[in-house]
Amino acid sequence: MPINYYIILAIALFSIGVAGVLTRRNAIIIFMCIELMLNAVNLLLVAFSKMHYGVAVTGIPETTAGVEAQLFVFFIMVVAAAEVSVGLAIIVMMYRNIHSVDVNFLNRLKH
Amino acid sequence: MNITEILFWFLTALALGGSLMMVFSKNPVYSVLWLIVVFFAISGHYILLNAQFLAIVNIIVYAGAIMVLFLFVIMLMNLNADNEPQKNKWLKIAGVIAGGCLMLVLVSAILRTEGLKEQTLSLSGSTGLIKQLGKTLFTDYVLPFEISSVLFLSAMVGAVVIGKKED
Repeated sequence: MPINYYIILAIALFSIGVAGVLTRRNAIIIFMCIELMLNAVNLLLVAFSKMHYGVAVTGIPETTAGVEAQLFVFFIMVVAAAEVSVGLAIIVMMYRNIHSVDVNFLNRLKH
Repeated sequence: MNITEILFWFLTALALGGSLMMVFSKNPVYSVLWLIVVFFAISGHYILLNAQFLAIVNIIVYAGAIMVLFLFVIMLMNLNADNEPQKNKWLKIAGVIAGGCLMLVLVSAILRTEGLKEQTLSLSGSTGLIKQLGKTLFTDYVLPFEISSVLFLSAMVGAVVIGKKED
């Protein structure tokens, strides 16, 4: 499987996420688009890890190349989970204050 | 076209279609459900790449925990009705054009890169299995693993403090 397929798939997912962040005004959907962008990057990291393994395995059959990239993906997922919990708490607080999740109403920091 | 390529194209179509539906559906609950479809497609890609540990973690953490959290918040706020004001049409068109331009630039840069076209990835190998990953995680990366637990604790405290009522 050529690596270009996976790169272009990840680029497409990332661009859809960017377009969603720019077009939608609902804070929760913007947040979900950010999650989509994080997942596109994760997919690209795993694909590069397997490419690195495929290059290294021709020289050394017992290689463990590519393990680090998959651990980075694991840590990205950990950070994303922490980010979601704080971000959703911020969105709930914002809904409690202005009774909407529309980011157009958030153009000033103080109400 | 063998079974791997058929699976690859099926999962790719599922991921791209699901993400487009996620961005363009009016109801936020439908957006969450389409995003779950996208996460399952990406987990399928991980299984295809022989990264079983990440596939299972992706399903458990993203499709299981995070998306349930999103659904709870949406239902708590009673947002299932479409109440997003459709104000500026040109702003939306500009956003779609900006995303498309980003994709165009990146794809053309990738397609013109020398030496990348003949690179392939191996779908076999045991690097994605739990045995290898766990051994590396608990020997070389044990300090970042422990620090991430502190990060989780601080995120939990932060979420409780932010979500608390003021008065």
